[in-house]
Amino acid sequence: MAQAGMTAQDPRPKASPEAAAPFELAREPEARCRLDEILFAELKRKGIRPARPCSDAVFLRRASLDAAGTLPTADEARSFLADKRPDKRARLIDALLARDEFVDFWTLRWCDTLRVKAEFPINLWPNAVQAYHRWVREAVRVDMPYDRMARALLTASGSNFRNGPVNFFRAVQSKDPASVARAVALTFMGCRTDRWPRARLDGMALFFSQIAYKHTLEWKEEVIVWDQARASAPKAPRSAMLPDGSRSALTADRDPRFAFADWLTRPGNPWFAAAAANRVWFWLMGRGIVHEPDDLRPDNPPSCPALLAELQRELVAGRFSLRSLVRTIMNSSAYQLSSIPRSTGPAAEALFAAYPVRRLEAEVLVDAINQITGTTETYSSPIPEPFTFIPENKRSIALADGSTTSAFLELFGRPSRDTGMALERSGKPTAGQSLHLLNSSHILQKLQRGPAMLDFFTSARNTADGVERLYLAILSRFPTEAEKAAAHSYAGPALTQAEIVDLAWALMNGPEFLCKH
Amino acid sequence: MDDLRGLTRREALLGGAATLAAAGIAGAQAPAAPKPGRAKSVIQIWVWGGPSHLDTFDPKPEAGQNYCGPFNAPIATNVAGIRINENLPELAKIADKYAIIRSLTHGNNGHETASYITQTGRTPGPGPVYPGAGAVVSLFKGADAGYKGLIPPYIVLTELQGRFSEAGFLGYKAKPFATGGDPAQARFMVEGVVAQGISEQRQRARRDLLHRLDTFGAAMGGDARVAELRRSEEQAYDMILGDAGKVFDLSQEKDDVRQAYGRSTFGQSCLMARRLVEKGVPYITINYPGWDTHKQHFPAMRRKLPEMDRGMAALISDLSQRGLLDSTIVWWGGEFGRTPAVQWEAPWDGGRSHYGQVFGAVLAGGGFKGGRVVGASDARGEEVKERPVHPAVVLRSIYTQLGIDPNAKLPHPQGLDVRVAPATLEAGGPVGVLQEIM
Repeated sequence: MAQAGMTAQDPRPKASPEAAAPFELAREPEARCRLDEILFAELKRKGIRPARPCSDAVFLRRASLDAAGTLPTADEARSFLADKRPDKRARLIDALLARDEFVDFWTLRWCDTLRVKAEFPINLWPNAVQAYHRWVREAVRVDMPYDRMARALLTASGSNFRNGPVNFFRAVQSKDPASVARAVALTFMGCRTDRWPRARLDGMALFFSQIAYKHTLEWKEEVIVWDQARASAPKAPRSAMLPDGSRSALTADRDPRFAFADWLTRPGNPWFAAAAANRVWFWLMGRGIVHEPDDLRPDNPPSCPALLAELQRELVAGRFSLRSLVRTIMNSSAYQLSSIPRSTGPAAEALFAAYPVRRLEAEVLVDAINQITGTTETYSSPIPEPFTFIPENKRSIALADGSTTSAFLELFGRPSRDTGMALERSGKPTAGQSLHLLNSSHILQKLQRGPAMLDFFTSARNTADGVERLYLAILSRFPTEAEKAAAHSYAGPALTQAEIVDLAWALMNGPEFLCKH
Repeated sequence: MDDLRGLTRREALLGGAATLAAAGIAGAQAPAAPKPGRAKSVIQIWVWGGPSHLDTFDPKPEAGQNYCGPFNAPIATNVAGIRINENLPELAKIADKYAIIRSLTHGNNGHETASYITQTGRTPGPGPVYPGAGAVVSLFKGADAGYKGLIPPYIVLTELQGRFSEAGFLGYKAKPFATGGDPAQARFMVEGVVAQGISEQRQRARRDLLHRLDTFGAAMGGDARVAELRRSEEQAYDMILGDAGKVFDLSQEKDDVRQAYGRSTFGQSCLMARRLVEKGVPYITINYPGWDTHKQHFPAMRRKLPEMDRGMAALISDLSQRGLLDSTIVWWGGEFGRTPAVQWEAPWDGGRSHYGQVFGAVLAGGGFKGGRVVGASDARGEEVKERPVHPAVVLRSIYTQLGIDPNAKLPHPQGLDVRVAPATLEAGGPVGVLQEIM
């Protein structure tokens, strides 16, 4: 191990073209699709220089994390970097979108939005969480058209244990019609109703005023039904106002939720496709074209209206296939820019002049650490009953229940799923997070005793081999000459176990590992 | 609005309203601007699961075996007229230093909901999920209020409650730091602060390596997010390698002091809490599990009560001897009490269930007057007999003693007008404070 004599000066490498080399290509980005043409034209008009295209290594890592919530393995990195085919990025995207991890990760995102949580204050209860999560996962798996998905959620009836989507109406802190309407507006219109005139919310609430919640003889079962008696009551309203100000007739022979779903998913609805397109963009880029992504309103305009319009057009033209929209965005040059900015400032950020750096999501981070070290997390949900058993090999991105106890996920900003708002998920670094990653027994034990690390201890042939493999497994790239030299000066020619642990630890605590970039 | 939905009318009449009315000043406004509080810190002993009120600070030997079980000989304290459970002899010697509230009530028997009510003063309903007292205090007494300590302003010993979102809508900023580890072990391995088997020399060497390998940080130049990560790392190292982390080193305490608190996890947590208070940490929660005693309640109490007695009495006495009790509130209580009528039948075999109708709490220090009893339960401890107290009253009292205006606005992510504590109960009437002990 190297001498401990610390110098006062900062040992970090200095900013230079060599430092940027692993992360970007030495050329200008080119417009490859309509999205690029719109965005690059807008950047040019504003005098903002887009970043260079990202390197293959960065792309592999970014695409895997964004699409599948999963770090590439060392083998995946090696073969992708060796691949000489010009369309290898497009092939990678297709492969990622076909993986189970894609389904798990996009289900996780939807479950944040749809408030899938067993315990207080949502109180879906474990059985209903499983039913709800399973339904959402299946919708993502088969790429159910988004308009159908929304319609299914908004019009479902039946048991919370047996018909997953009915839980949409239970995943609210209060089941009064206005609270349900608030959740619908946030989820499907990207609107925060506290900014609406009260009359608009009250009008919309009428569509959800005939839902009845009935208990059964089974413990914690609840059946959601349309209460026709309320619809045919003498004083039942004959019409209700939609959020755009138009009126919809209410009749005693039709559940008004269908009328609302018809209006919402009708071509030309000003909110529905825009909110969804903006949300998908936000999930991939870390920032909405409308920012925050669930705050659509006239005085919070999109940073690039033509870009949002084009995404909406794509979504509708693709028959509301969310996966197609993901594919289109990921194939764009706009998505494939490096994160090293050439123009800085709020305008450049709002126009995506560089891919925004942000910390890995809590679940993705712990899964990545587990993948590198060959370890797992122990999750259980002992309360409330019934007890939920979670298999040891379950990945964190595949957890169904937002209230599964986990100090790590809490610490790293897992959303509470109380409201479904996007800002519930926090990527903010804290000293407590650093303490945990730098120095906790949780992480230390993974590094010292994880099966993948034990394997590494015995198989690393020499320092050069060990360092290269650690770089591929942790950062999905080969080390630079400068990095090799730094590692050699720390470790000497033969790697000891402690040195392997320290090298892996150092790579896992740097911003390159901790962030999407 | 600060209303409390879901409360019954009877409950809505609780709290200061009743006191003020009794004093003939009905309709009087709660004092608007509180005096500058004398309290600087709170140690919350969260008696997690719901401690039996009958078997702690509100004994009912006259109610008979079916209520008090084997605990039929409560002991006198050093304050005439106050008696407590016979397994609390150390606390009995210092009853002049704390007040007992025997008439808390919220009527809820679910752990999650009751935990929320007792720690936020609110009943769950539509709208925001409110932060608990720890998050509120750390907000008003933390970094934004000039707290300079490197120790986070809100510490939990040792595990989070899990069923309660401490921070509510205040989010990540207000989340507590949970120490993990066990202070009763030879070395208190505070998660992240102390790493077993990593020498200080190796800590420094690997930190240097971490920086040397930070090619990406160099490429990103002055990027704000990378800078943010670096700041977090620097703060963490102040705890790992700097002096800040030494507060967790209990071996710095004399052996007889450690012994006085008891060598249990709870006892040493109490000692740890005192050390944190000495460093100026504004809010410390000791999450004290093991009180959800549905089955075989009495054997469990014979184990728990002596441990609790020793740690809590040592804490109050030690704070007092060091001149810290006047500026430190010790708040003992759980989410509810336990059913007064013992469930002798199988499968409970002498158990007690959840009971929110009436239960107890203890407040010491921070300006609260000791040697007092607030309110009373009936002969069997089943209903409030005098002076019903809603948990919001306790919280407003604590905030007031800390100099935190209970009517101050909290920062809300959507800009809603939300206040530190509810000012009114659902059916009207102000939530007062515990004037009789303030």
